[in-house]
Amino acid sequence: MTLLDFARGPALEASLFIFVAGVIWRCVGTLLLPWRLVRVEPRKGASSPWVAALKGVLVKLWPYDTFAKSGVVQFVNGYIFHAGFAVVFLLFAPHILFIKGVTGLSWPSLPNNVIMMIGVVTAASLVVALVFRVTSPVLRLISRVDDYISWFLTFLPVATGLMAAAHLGLRYETLLSLHILSFCALLVWFPFGKLMHAFLFAFSRAVTGVRMGQRGAAI
Amino acid sequence: MATPLLNPPAPGRTLGESLQQRGVSRRALLKYAAYLGGLMAMPASTTQAFAEGLASARRQSVIWLSFQECTGCTESVTRPFSPTFESMIFDLISLDYHETLQTASGEAAEEARLKAMADNKGKYIVVVEGAIPAKDGGIYSTIAGQTNLDMLRDTVKDALAVVAVGTCASFGGIPKANPNPTGAGPASDFVTAKPVIAIPGCPPIAEAMAGTIAYMISFGKLPELDQRGRPKAFYGETIHDRCYRRPFYERGQFADSFDDEGARRGYCLYKVGCKGPVTYNSCATLKWNGGVSFPIQSGHGCLGCSEPDFWDQGGFYRPLSASLHNLGLPLAAAGVAGVALGAGAAWTARRHLASRGQDVATPEGKKP
Repeated sequence: MTLLDFARGPALEASLFIFVAGVIWRCVGTLLLPWRLVRVEPRKGASSPWVAALKGVLVKLWPYDTFAKSGVVQFVNGYIFHAGFAVVFLLFAPHILFIKGVTGLSWPSLPNNVIMMIGVVTAASLVVALVFRVTSPVLRLISRVDDYISWFLTFLPVATGLMAAAHLGLRYETLLSLHILSFCALLVWFPFGKLMHAFLFAFSRAVTGVRMGQRGAAI
Repeated sequence: MATPLLNPPAPGRTLGESLQQRGVSRRALLKYAAYLGGLMAMPASTTQAFAEGLASARRQSVIWLSFQECTGCTESVTRPFSPTFESMIFDLISLDYHETLQTASGEAAEEARLKAMADNKGKYIVVVEGAIPAKDGGIYSTIAGQTNLDMLRDTVKDALAVVAVGTCASFGGIPKANPNPTGAGPASDFVTAKPVIAIPGCPPIAEAMAGTIAYMISFGKLPELDQRGRPKAFYGETIHDRCYRRPFYERGQFADSFDDEGARRGYCLYKVGCKGPVTYNSCATLKWNGGVSFPIQSGHGCLGCSEPDFWDQGGFYRPLSASLHNLGLPLAAAGVAGVALGAGAAWTARRHLASRGQDVATPEGKKP
């Protein structure tokens, strides 16, 4: 079995199994957790929990004015690599074929050169995010190994993907294998590390919205 | 085509002398050397040395062993489009044993092999066509009462080098495909003491075979090989890198099926399973039938036939970026496992809260 066969075969199958089982486990486990009893009456005119939850998710898509000025670069950078990662993952033709193979769904792709350009911007943005993390005393203090592993496993598929697309360093099939294996590593780590925020951010923001809504506090 | 088995070389004569006697001029030999040198991307300055090397060499004794195979490789090498050039390989070699082409049969055929081995000890080249079955002592394919495995070991022990022609001999090919009932393997699995040059393909391109043999005869050494033992001159680049449809790949324009608008416009065949990006061969440059076409030009994706285990890649029409197997059932099982784990975790949390006397509530925070 060649490295590429291993990557496209057992590695991808096992990592997808872990990813799907792990994500559903964490989401279902969280959704079925009991709500806490609030012993005080909700403030008069408080919005319904569902509206408050939605507000909680949406309002925090942009920082409070207090933090908007000081952290805007960091915030925008976060959007750049999140959006870049999403575009590269979802709109590159070979990726769409992979998704189609798993889900049966497909959609039009972007030209390779556009994807390449966005991939470079995404990689650069991820490096900037790491620089912020290691140079900011506060961020450094609250960072755990989990954060660095999550960063590394996000950066790796982007870097190996760019290398494969540009045929840099190794033979194409080796680069493609490393790209798929790095994606497998990301899938395996995903449910257990902070990458799970991709799903859980909505839950935590919604709960915060509900709690704040009950108290009639502005979010 | 020349009939080398019926017309053995005069002993002591060089190739140049023999060819001249047969009416092949020095100019023709020079053109042939230039042709092969060009195919192998050799500098023009080496053409003279290539031709001189060929002219001064003795005809190379070649023993061609056919094992688990379909004879497609022999067909490819012996049915060239332009006989003037490609068939010259048979003027350069003395094909002393080839079960399909030789006129001798039975014991006489085997005697020819043994005689060639004895007469050219340490100097003959063994060409292997087909995989070698090794399971149960190799009993699944025998010739003259001898297993392929024994015949290979016996023939190779005094050889100069081994050339594995075709994917079956190079990597196991179709006989080695799952479930491989005969325990078939490539020549390199069983030959460790001699250099093994792989000329894979199903079938291989005739020029790759001719160029490699001519190079060895002329320069007395092996051509530069890649990590799979293939001559880099013919297997140095992927089909994809040299494919005329590559610009469509870069633009994201693909054929979605074999008869859609994209296919008619000649768009890239990646989506319909083309393995060109990971297949090293010269099909896109040398092409077939005298440079007329090659599979991708004819509208079908590359099968990756010059790569190991090309038969077990999950299907010829499965895109390269898709997983090898269908994942519906495993992922459905993963979903069920995830729901069970999540429900179990929540149930444990509720029990934990209950044991601490904490109440559970509705999303509004009220008692249910």
